[in-house]
Order: sequence, then C-alpha cells, then structure tokens
Amino acid sequence: MMNMMKKLGLPARIVSTSREIENADKIILPGVGAFDHGISALTRLDLVEPLKKRVVQDKVPLLGVCLGMQLLAEGSEEGSLRGLDLINGYCVRFESDGESSVRIPHMGWNELSICRENPLMTHLEGCRFYFVHSYHMVCSDMVNVLATAHYGNNFTAAVQCGNVWGVQFHPEKSHRFGMALLVNFARL
Amino acid sequence: MLIPRVIPMLLMRNGGLVKTVRFEKAKYVGDPINAVRILNEKEVDEIVFLDIGATPSGIGPDFELLENIASEAFMPFGYGGGINTVAHIKALYSLGVEKIVLNSVVGHNPGFVEQAASIAGSSGVVVSMDVRRNWLGKHSVFTCSGKVDIKRDPVAHAQEMERLGAGELIINSIDHDGMMNGYDLHLIKRMAEAVSIPVVAAGGAGCLEHFREAVMQGAAAVAAGSLFVFHGKHRAVLITYPRHSDLAQLFC
Repeated sequence: MMNMMKKLGLPARIVSTSREIENADKIILPGVGAFDHGISALTRLDLVEPLKKRVVQDKVPLLGVCLGMQLLAEGSEEGSLRGLDLINGYCVRFESDGESSVRIPHMGWNELSICRENPLMTHLEGCRFYFVHSYHMVCSDMVNVLATAHYGNNFTAAVQCGNVWGVQFHPEKSHRFGMALLVNFARL
Repeated sequence: MLIPRVIPMLLMRNGGLVKTVRFEKAKYVGDPINAVRILNEKEVDEIVFLDIGATPSGIGPDFELLENIASEAFMPFGYGGGINTVAHIKALYSLGVEKIVLNSVVGHNPGFVEQAASIAGSSGVVVSMDVRRNWLGKHSVFTCSGKVDIKRDPVAHAQEMERLGAGELIINSIDHDGMMNGYDLHLIKRMAEAVSIPVVAAGGAGCLEHFREAVMQGAAAVAAGSLFVFHGKHRAVLITYPRHSDLAQLFC
C-alpha cells in the first residue's frame, strides 16, 4: 500500500500509536490474514478505541481494505472476536459445496456492479479489481452496499456508512483502476 | 464471469532474469526491474518471480532486489526461492510481496506451510510443485529446482499442502518447461480434481490456446514464461502480454 501511495504522490505514513491516529486526516485500514489475528493486533496496540473515536466522533474518513473491510463488521465466521462494529454486518465464508460451489480462496479480477453513485467510485465504470479472500461481508442494511461482484453468487465488494468506507478488493494491486480509487479517497 | 488469471512467471538467478528448458540451459533474458515495469504497463493479472538459484546456492532471497521489484509492482506479486524461515516471510511481507511461494522447504518440512499460513493467511501462501514423469510415466514431486526427487505422488502432496493451509498450488511440469508445446493436461486435471483450492497450471504454454486447454481441465489460473519473454522462431527476447480483451474473448 505504501508503494502505491508513494507512486501516487499521496502523503501517507504507517502508524501504530493512538497519538498518530489523532493526527490523521484520513485513515486506511489494510490487512491480510485471519480476522481474529487482525483485531487482536489492533487491540494489542490499544488502537481500537482511538480509531473508533476518530471515525465516529471526529468523522475522519476511514477506508478498510480486504481484511480491513471485514474488520469494520460486527464479526466473522472466521473468528470468535468482535469486529470494530462500524458497519452493521457479518462476514461469512464462500460456499465450497452446493450449487454455487467455488474454489476458495477467491483469487482474481472482477468488474464491479456499482449499486449507487458515490465519490469513491466516480469514473470507475468498467474497471476491474483484484480480489483475494475466502470470506465476504453480508450487510444487515443493504443501503450500505456500494458495489457487488460475482463469484458463485453476488457478494459485497464495497461498503459505506457515512465516513466509513470498505473495499474487499486490493486497490493497491489493481493497476490504474486501484490508483483512481485511492485518488478518489484522498479527495473525499 | 471470472476470467482465469494469466500470470507471467519469471525466473531469476544471480539478480538477472533467465528462462530454462526442462529446468536446464538457463538463458539470460534481461533485467527484472525493467521486466516488471513493462508488465505494469501491460496491466498483467499478476506476476510471479521465482529465484531458481536461491535454494541451490544457499544464499536465500535477495531482499534488496525484491524491494526494488515490489516498489514497481502495482499488481499481485508472488515470490518464491529460498524461503525457509518465518523471518523470511515477515521480511517479504513488509516489502510488499503478498504471495509467498514455497517449494523446496515443504519437501522436508511440510509443517512450514502451516506456520506460513498463520502469518500470511492461507490466501497468501502458494505451494509450487515441480513435477516430472519417470520412465514408466508416473508423476513424482521434485524440489531444489528439479534436482531432488522427494518420491511423492503429486496428488498426496497437494492434498497435504491444502490440509496444512496452502491457499493455492502452482503445478509446474518439468518435462514441459520451456517446450512451448502445451501443458501436462493429464497432470493439471488430476491436481484440479484432488484439491478445492485454486490450481495454477505452469510449464509448456506456447500459445493462448494452451491456456484455454488448461482451464478446461480445471486450472483456475495459467502461468507462462517462454511465451511472454520470447518472440518468433529464433526466440528473440521480447517481453509481451496479451491484451485484456483478447484474454476475455479466449475464455468466454
């Protein structure tokens, strides 16, 4: 992600303290690996409350990417710990058997079906993005779904609730399409 | 629909790009940084770099070079070669390599896959299997750039790797490597049926039609080396990649 921000000329730094979060104008929450591992890492650094305060009270834009998006939910089938609870929803695994069975993890490029116009995805019609994940978010409130993609079934590819944004794909690994999205986020 | 990924799989040795035929006769084909820049412009689905000298020489991953490559790779980036410690994996991650490709280490320490998955998540751990047929036509798995026969059937090996947490398998046919006469389709079919994680076909692609053949046998993605680095019957070095629209048409 930092390689991409540098390429785009967007000032960004990796932070690990609550004080640094206090100073952030915008926050990207990337993440790979397992759900509980991700939440535990935030808890261990005492970042959960400062992050939530900055996002909920101060209305700083937050973009969760991949696992970072899943962490925005209330929880996940993958783990037992509670998520950040910033988007009403729960993460579930793709179906590996049954009618719509697919190979897991889903790895590949998908075009998005954008559900409603939004500033994060302006000029992204027909763009493709790289996904790699085994779980996906199911929103309790469909109005929070920004975009879907198809793998076996349609699944939630992007979410938004106020200043909280999440994308299941990897913009930092999606060529000029991802670059456009990150520039859009920087301009929010 | 999901278009199968088409992956340039580039070999490195001593900091340069090389291409082999049946894992031998490594020919120098250029500079990796230059290659990744060209492949960026061509908007490739993904790239995999394999350092075929890292394990045999005992030197391990060339982190400095990988840092330079990763800083130019705005696409999914996998690396394999000489990875055999948790510290290697953490270092690669912090450089921006998000797919860790394991091969030789799992021959003698299969449990390393589990360790790797606990750090990188299953989807970040790829096991690359180099497979050769013996004179009876029976497949066996080789490590150390094709030098060591671990005397295992690829199906048993693949299933164990899946169970231990691998998120993807690259199935590379040593016999077909660099021959450009098509993949070992029988092998690809066997592997795709044996596991439920994605299988990447490698070794033998000489034209786009070969990609389609492998996908028909169950490959979730296809990799190629020679096809993307050589041009024409005299095998002049030229890095190419098909247009996205041509690939979409090929697989539809």
